[in-house]
This record gives sequence, C-alpha cells and structure tokens, in this order.
Amino acid sequence: MVTIPRTDYTSTNALGQGREWLMDPANWSGPAGIPVRTFEHLQYTGLALLIAAVIAVPLGLFIGHTGRGQVAVVAVSGLLRALPTLGMLTLFVLLAGLGLMPPIWALVLLAVPPLLAGTYAGVSSVDRSVVDAARSLGMSETQILFRVEVPNGMRVLLGGLRGAALQVVATAAVVATINLGGLGRYLIDGLAVGDYGRVFGGAVIIALVALAVDAVIALGSRFLIPSGLGRLDAAGKSTGSGVPAAGAQGGNK
Amino acid sequence: MTPPPEPAELSDSTKSPAGLAAGRPMVRFRSVTKTYGDAAPAVRDLNLDIGAGSITVFVGPSGCGKTTSLRMINRMVEPTSGTIEVDGRDISTVKAAQLRRSMGYVMQSSGLLPHRTVLDNVATVPRLNGTPRREARRRAAELLDVVGLASALGERYPAQLSGGQQQRVGVARALAADPPVLLMDEPFSAVDPVVRAELQEELLRLQKELAKTIVFVTHDIDEATILGDKVAVFATGGRLAQYAAPEEILRAPVDEFVAGFVGRDRGFRHLSFQDGTAVPLHPVQLIAADRLPDPAATVDGGWALCVDSDGAPLGWVPADRRAEITGTADLVPGGSLYPQGTSLRRALDAALSSPAGLGVAVDADGRAAGVVKAGEILALIEAARLQRAGS
Repeated sequence: MVTIPRTDYTSTNALGQGREWLMDPANWSGPAGIPVRTFEHLQYTGLALLIAAVIAVPLGLFIGHTGRGQVAVVAVSGLLRALPTLGMLTLFVLLAGLGLMPPIWALVLLAVPPLLAGTYAGVSSVDRSVVDAARSLGMSETQILFRVEVPNGMRVLLGGLRGAALQVVATAAVVATINLGGLGRYLIDGLAVGDYGRVFGGAVIIALVALAVDAVIALGSRFLIPSGLGRLDAAGKSTGSGVPAAGAQGGNK
Repeated sequence: MTPPPEPAELSDSTKSPAGLAAGRPMVRFRSVTKTYGDAAPAVRDLNLDIGAGSITVFVGPSGCGKTTSLRMINRMVEPTSGTIEVDGRDISTVKAAQLRRSMGYVMQSSGLLPHRTVLDNVATVPRLNGTPRREARRRAAELLDVVGLASALGERYPAQLSGGQQQRVGVARALAADPPVLLMDEPFSAVDPVVRAELQEELLRLQKELAKTIVFVTHDIDEATILGDKVAVFATGGRLAQYAAPEEILRAPVDEFVAGFVGRDRGFRHLSFQDGTAVPLHPVQLIAADRLPDPAATVDGGWALCVDSDGAPLGWVPADRRAEITGTADLVPGGSLYPQGTSLRRALDAALSSPAGLGVAVDADGRAAGVVKAGEILALIEAARLQRAGS
C-alpha cells in the first residue's frame, strides 16, 4: 500500500483541519480526488443494491402475495441484521480472497433485510378487500400482484429501498479496509497516518452523499407512487404520506 | 317541508319484468355443502334455483352461509360437495378468472382500486377482456351516467368520493362488461339510511331496464323485501329455511326461525305489498307560502297545509297558532309523504307521522293532492283481511 503524505494544516483541531482538507483543490481532482472516490462509492452501492434487489424483491413479492414463509423471512432477516458488516467482509475476504465481489457480498447482506421486509410489507399492506375485489373481477394472480398490490404498496416498497440504500451508502466505506476504493479510503488512510483532517473531510462527504441519495429516492418516489394514494385535494380525504414503512427501516449500525 | 326520503317501496309490478315466476333458472345450486375443516358446515345441502332476469335476495343472520353461498357462484369459494350451474354449465369446468369476468360483483366496501381513477376502475373488466383502452373508457363514461354520477367524477380517485358515490361506481364497474349475472354482497350496508334508500330505488330502476339476474346478499330483512323478487332466508348453520316471494315470507313464515327473523314489524311491513289506490282522499285547505305573512289568510278548520308556488307541500299551519306563523320557517314540519297509488304502508305511515293526523298524498309531480286518514286505512286493511278469509 502506498504511503499517503500528511497534509500540512494550519489549524490544530480536527474540525478546522477537516475544513482545510475539504477546501484544498488538490483533493478535488485526480484518481484519488473526491469526485472519483464518490463515483467509486456509488458504484459499489449500486452494485450491492442491484444484487440485493434481485434476491429480495422477487422473494418479497412472493411472500407478500401468498402470505407463505413470512415467519421464516422475519427470522432470517433478523439474523442477517445481527451480522456485523465489517466481520462479514473480513470473513468473505478470508474465504474468497481479495477482489471486488467479496466485500460487495457483505454489503448485499446488509441491503437484503430492509429490501425484503419493505417488499413483502408493501405487498401485504394492501387492503385485503381491495385484493379480494380484484380477484372477484377476474384478475389472475399475476395481474393482482403487479396491477394492484405493487402499485398500492409502492410507498412501503420504496421505503424499504430507501432504508437499504441509506445503509449501504453509509456502510460502503468499510470496503476500503481491504484493497478497494470509494470514500472509505479517506477514513482508512487518514486513520493510518493520523491525518484527522482527511478522516473528518471524508466523513462529511459520505454523509452528504448519503443525504443526496436519500433525496434522489424521495424525489423519485413522488413519481412512482400512484397519485390516487395520498396527497389528494378532496376535503379531508387525503391519506397523507404517513404510512409507516413496516419493518423496512433500521438496521445493525 | 322536507320529509326524509322514503325507503324504496314499490309494488311487485314495478320490479323486474321477469317477475316472480321467472323463466328458466340462471343459477342452480345442487346439493351444495361447504365445510371449513372440522367445523359445522357453513352451507348445508343447498338446493336452489335462481330465476333468470330476477332479483334474488339471500338474507339471514351472521354466519348463516349467505355470503359463502354467493361467493361460490363465482368460485371465490369452492364448494366441498355438490355442483353449481350457471346458465346450464357446471362452473367447476370454467376457469375461475374467466368465470368471474362473466359476472358483475359488487361488495360492501366498494372494493375500488385506490390507485386508479373512477373511469379506469369502471373500465377494469373490459380491459381484462381485451377491449381497447379508449373504447373501454368511453363505455365507462356512459355507465357513470347510467348509475347517476356526473361524468366529471370520472377523473377523480376513489378516496375523493363519498361512500354512496363509491357504491355507485362499484355498480357501474360490475355492469361494465354487460354480464348477465350480478352478484351483490351487502353492497349498501355501509352507507347511511338515506343514501341506502336512494341506492335501492336506483337499483330497482336499473333492473327494470337491464333485467339482469341479480343475487343480492343482505342481513336486513327490510332491504330483502324491498328489492327481492324472491327471498331466500338462511338460518344459522347454513340451512335454507324458506325460499319464496317476500310477500309470502312476511305473510306466512314457514317456521319459528323465519318468523323470528322477519321480526315484530312484519305485519306492518306486509302492508308494503298491498295496493293503496282504494284509500279515500280528502280535500284539505291550502295556503300558499307567499300568503303566510298576510293575517287575512285564516285557517278555517283545525289545520291548513302550506304549499309552495308549484303546489308541493311545505308544512302545516295549526288554526290556534296562525298568528305566530308569518313565514315558511315557522311552519309545523310535516310527516312522510304518500305518493298516490303506492302501498298501504306508505299511506299509513304518512297519516301516522303527520302532526295533523292527516297524511299528505302527493301526485306524480309532487303536488299535494289531498290527505288520507289512518282510521280509514285501517278499515281498508281489515276489509281486505276479511275478504281473504272469506274467499
């Protein structure tokens, strides 16, 4: 591993040093600059979320629609949430060696529980009388799932995605403990050489990226949630946006 | 005066044209039993023929199997044993989804899809059947008109409608694919009594034009007698206790259970089925609303009826309080109205609910046509009874 030169700060505390680090134009360019690291960070996040979604969404749709396997899923989700991400990362690297995928799998484990819970809670949150009506109109089970349950459960479903994305984007820094890039590099490297300005600056950037990702999903939700649900202008009929994302939030941080 | 809307009580002749002795059966239950697990059967050996083009009402207390029986017709519930035929075909041989699309279904909670507009909700079944969107929506807009909803409501979402409007949309949706059979599961029980009466009247009006085979579930015996060409009374334990015309069920309940279920008021309810044309009409003094402030417009007898410029009754003016009444706001509110020629029940109710003891009869245009007296109505009822006993 290359040694990272310590920056000369004028300030003596981490807060001031962090500010200086963030203001230094040298940190905003080049292969180790903040834009590149942010892009890497988002790539890891996106890859982990994509894999997690491929696993969790179909499973969640099935469980939500049929009501089967709910108990098992709650148990497995709880178990997954109890796993420490850093520990799993180390384990995967020990088992599978260095490379991109072992650390990504650790992040996938982190993203699966909120996605799974959000998906099945979303589908099963849809009023049973609505589902019953759809069935009695002559919709097939697939039509019920995709034309009735998914759109009406979209708010809770997206709540799960939001929770998963937030956790992964905030936790993806751990992949820097091994050989990967991303914004975690600033934390790990800064700690290694006692450069607390870098650590502080990196932490601020990670927090900002997490907030930005959350804002993007929140904005996207406005378009994905059907307009018949909530935010209606009929007097007193609005259901608002306060539907709790049952079990979709929270984690093992 | 603004009397509350009357429950829809129409004589048999105004119900579906197919009438009581409807032709071939559209739906047949043959020895149908439904058992859940080890529990006592929800429906026990049901044999029932439902006539085409008529309204058949399943009525009974909770847990009597009426809803289960209804839901077996479109295979939302599968019978444990026995067969059900619709239009001569054993429904277990038809794919469930396809069978359901061939029947309209209206449920208690409107069951509208919250994420779709009213128009798209109504268009659901035609769309499932492959009708192009534009045509399905055009047809849906027509149906909103048929069920008495403004077309502007089509762009709204279900949550923006009142309960009564939602039920109307539910009916429109059930009619969208023009199915021969309509299944209605307590469709009006969640709306207030005034709206319920409107919806009942509306359903009878629609049925007169459409002549569908309607199976209607309710726990309300009043609703059953108002709507049904035939009524099936279910007893606890999934037993069909009596299946007959509503008039017969009220007049001659077959056993203790049915007698108990149709209740204490059945004598009064039965008057719904007796024609009121023979009730003598008496003249009454009328005072035009615009003459109320004029003291010269005196009340000659005990009571005078105040009417608006169209002749519609507004309220009563008692002779002893004439001086206090100077505007329509001071009138003594009237009772229910008796539309001329409807049932004895409405005539008697108008007389009993009137503060003057005089029931106001109105003609087809809503103008006061005269008054009826309770004593004379009772005499008519007694005469009719004697005539029946004698014949």
